[in-house]
Amino acid sequence: MTITFPAQHPGFWAATAMIAAVVLSSTAGEVLTAAAMKSIGDLDMIRARSGLKGAIRAVLTCPLFFAGVSFLAAAFFALLFALNHMNLSLVAPASASLTLVTNAIAGKIFLKENVDRRRWTAAVLVCIGVYLLAH
Amino acid sequence: MAHHKLSAWQYTILGLVAVCAPLADACLSRGMTKLPAISLDHLATLIAAVFTPWIALGIALLICFFASYLTALSWADLTYVLPATAFGNVIVALLSRLWLQETISLERWAGIVLITLGVGFVAQGPPLTERPAHEILIIEERAIAATALAEWPEPAAPIDREPPR
Repeated sequence: MTITFPAQHPGFWAATAMIAAVVLSSTAGEVLTAAAMKSIGDLDMIRARSGLKGAIRAVLTCPLFFAGVSFLAAAFFALLFALNHMNLSLVAPASASLTLVTNAIAGKIFLKENVDRRRWTAAVLVCIGVYLLAH
Repeated sequence: MAHHKLSAWQYTILGLVAVCAPLADACLSRGMTKLPAISLDHLATLIAAVFTPWIALGIALLICFFASYLTALSWADLTYVLPATAFGNVIVALLSRLWLQETISLERWAGIVLITLGVGFVAQGPPLTERPAHEILIIEERAIAATALAEWPEPAAPIDREPPR
């Protein structure tokens, strides 16, 4: 496959694909990581009982954590790739604000979090705010 | 929903989540814009980019962010922790105004106000969704099992014994 994007000036669909790759892989990674941390329990309590070594071992023995980290690593390289072709002022606000909304949706569906009206309002406010701040 | 307040230590963890992420993004951006354009045919170049100074600093900050983020996720909901990451953008914008004397446009002030309002909305609510008693019991049992695993003694070194004659 040979797809080469001209530096700093990708087309609309190429830019959309790059940002979508960052958003989707980041959302999958964050939901899986959150599920892993919930299944492990309060890390501060584990650290108080069995020290830092115990807390690290509790995290590293959870398979869900590695699934989450794999997706976050994919998101990281997708971000590096996007930053190589587009400005931070476009990539950062677009990916950060969209990820907030997709995470709120995924948190409600997959993690069964109580995303009430207050959290939806916050997600939308922060989403618009990030866009205005970094655009 | 469970109504328990966060401790000063937990707010410090959320502060680290907020500050480390945008600083890491800035370092990564500076590092990547210095590199020539990378095509999909030469993805190995992305691996090589990891060892350049700005990218390495960005990754160190990301590790700090990730450790704080994991800790926060173990006692708060994902939808509670995420606005804290966005609040980091406000901190960076205010630092650039106060420290670097950069001008902040009206749009950016509006962005700062909206993010602050959003974080304020979330922070007023409970950090964790209330779970049924049996789910909490399962999580506590797993935490105890993780603790027991950590305290399990290391296997003793094999003793050299002479074979029985």
